Amino acid sequence: MVTPSQNPSATLPPAVQIRDVSFAYNGKPALHGITLDIPARRITALIGPSGCGKSTLIRSINRINDRIPGACLTSGSIRIHDIDIYRRDINLQELRRRVGMVFQKYNPFAKSIYDNVVYSLRIAGVRNRGELDAVCENALRAAALWDEVKDRLHASALGLSGGQQQRLCIARAIACEPDILLLDEPCAALDPLATLKIEELLSELKQRFTIVIVTHNLAQATRCSNHTAFMYLGKLVEYGATRQIFDKPINPQTEAYITGSFG
Amino acid sequence: MTRPAMIHPENMIRKGLPQGYFKDVMARVLLGGVSYLIVLVAVLLFAKIIIDGAPGLLTPRFPYVDTEFLTAKNETLHVFDDARGNRHQLPASQYNEYINSHPGESVYNEQTFSYSGGGIAGPIAGTALLTVGAMILALFFGVSAAIYLAEYAKQSPFIHLVRLAILNLAGIPSIVFGLFGFSVFVLAVPILTATPADRSLWTIPLPACHQVISFQGWNSSLIAGCATLACMILPVIITASEEALRAVPQGFRDASLAMGCTRWQTIRKCVLPYALPGILTSSLLAITRVAGETAPIMFTAAVAAKDDLPWQGLANPFAILSSQVQALPYHIYTLAARIPSSEYTRRAQYGSVLVFLLLVALLSAGSMVLRAKMRRKLKW
Repeated sequence: MVTPSQNPSATLPPAVQIRDVSFAYNGKPALHGITLDIPARRITALIGPSGCGKSTLIRSINRINDRIPGACLTSGSIRIHDIDIYRRDINLQELRRRVGMVFQKYNPFAKSIYDNVVYSLRIAGVRNRGELDAVCENALRAAALWDEVKDRLHASALGLSGGQQQRLCIARAIACEPDILLLDEPCAALDPLATLKIEELLSELKQRFTIVIVTHNLAQATRCSNHTAFMYLGKLVEYGATRQIFDKPINPQTEAYITGSFG
Repeated sequence: MTRPAMIHPENMIRKGLPQGYFKDVMARVLLGGVSYLIVLVAVLLFAKIIIDGAPGLLTPRFPYVDTEFLTAKNETLHVFDDARGNRHQLPASQYNEYINSHPGESVYNEQTFSYSGGGIAGPIAGTALLTVGAMILALFFGVSAAIYLAEYAKQSPFIHLVRLAILNLAGIPSIVFGLFGFSVFVLAVPILTATPADRSLWTIPLPACHQVISFQGWNSSLIAGCATLACMILPVIITASEEALRAVPQGFRDASLAMGCTRWQTIRKCVLPYALPGILTSSLLAITRVAGETAPIMFTAAVAAKDDLPWQGLANPFAILSSQVQALPYHIYTLAARIPSSEYTRRAQYGSVLVFLLLVALLSAGSMVLRAKMRRKLKW
């Protein structure tokens, strides 16, 4: 079993326990026996070449993969705070409120900035204007967007720049108070400056949330993550503290990937 | 010796006419000629209607538009000479007044023309009611089916078959829809009644309320016509709605579901609002078909002559659904096929067609403007 070589969050139990998980799309396997503990209140990065199963893994943590026809967990279990999230009687809506997600392509609704942030609260039936305002401000502050948009909360979210739109999506995700935040290549469509802002934001957010981030950008993984998992061909090759993975990788495949001589 | 980069470049300059020059010109002239011939036919057609129909709508007197033609009931036209030799053209009601107010005078050379007097308020109102009713039914059923097909249904061979069946529905001749509507909505659908008709196909007694469910149909009525027209445009609405739903970015659904919304919450809050403009504008195109079809309403809803406007003389507001109505396309058919054409009937004949075409043009233009506006407003 692969475990972090050092565990700085030893005081907290792991937020997500992935045990021997195999996943298949229409019978075509995408993940093979992944076992991984994601520590609470830390940033865990998933790296690896395209098609290695990073996105499948992260998308199976909030079961958003369920909506893909033919996608299913073929073996193993994923436990969040000791609850198996693939048991039959799980409340999917509650699970997804606890496990927020931000997607690769920023996808704010074609509504106002305000309406985007309070969307989940409105769905939950919150009508109190004061409460909505407070949540909106807090979420936007947490996403480091408040100062930029406070004067135009009721303007369309689509008028924002790409980086702002992605931070709005983060604000929208944290407005429903999740415990775990999944980010699927959140900076893939952004320029370096916007990327930097999101990275700064993430190091702030890890005080409050357990963060899992999929990234193609190795520098990003070194800059902002505490732990890194390298995946290849649907298997977990190596998992450990980010510094160890990048400085002294144990597995030769990991070394080949991070030095760019993969082949 | 090295090979030159290009051998005989001067061969690229043509001598004389290009190859196949005459065939090319012939093809262009022929194809162009056919196209412009079609345009010419369309122009002549519209010119004929406008030139002949405008007098029905425009009078030399202020306010220039003949409001009587648009607002009066349809009546029989009486044409006669009075004792002093003046020629009169009066619709039936005014003719009766004239006779009553001139007792003892005789009229000469009297002729009557059915459906040619008064105005076309009845057919206009009937068409409006049929259109609104059919659109409400078609939108409800069509959008529901489209949401299921686009959002819920898995892409199985059976669903493909369903979609194919819906598309095929679009190719069925409208007269077949008329006959279908007649045999189903007029003669067979169940109604709740105390006294079932003799021709009822089947009755289920409900002892609790002393009534029976009788499969005897709605008779020829507004609701039967609306249902038949709705069936006819369902494929258009379903296909257009499905396309509009699919045009909503997948990211909206992902984001909404990832925040713990149910499927239906997602559809209602962040799919339908963005698909609705597309659905409505495409549906406006279907309106012109609903307003314009004659065959589906011939057996199911339309009557040639009716004394009252649709909302007059009703026992209760819901009785309007079970009453027959006049309709513009059917009125045009009646005027064209059932009465002889003469100088006195032309006003009604061409005027009705002109009003009808203006109505359809208005709806089409409206849908185009609306579509352009929505497109500009909704971008992602």
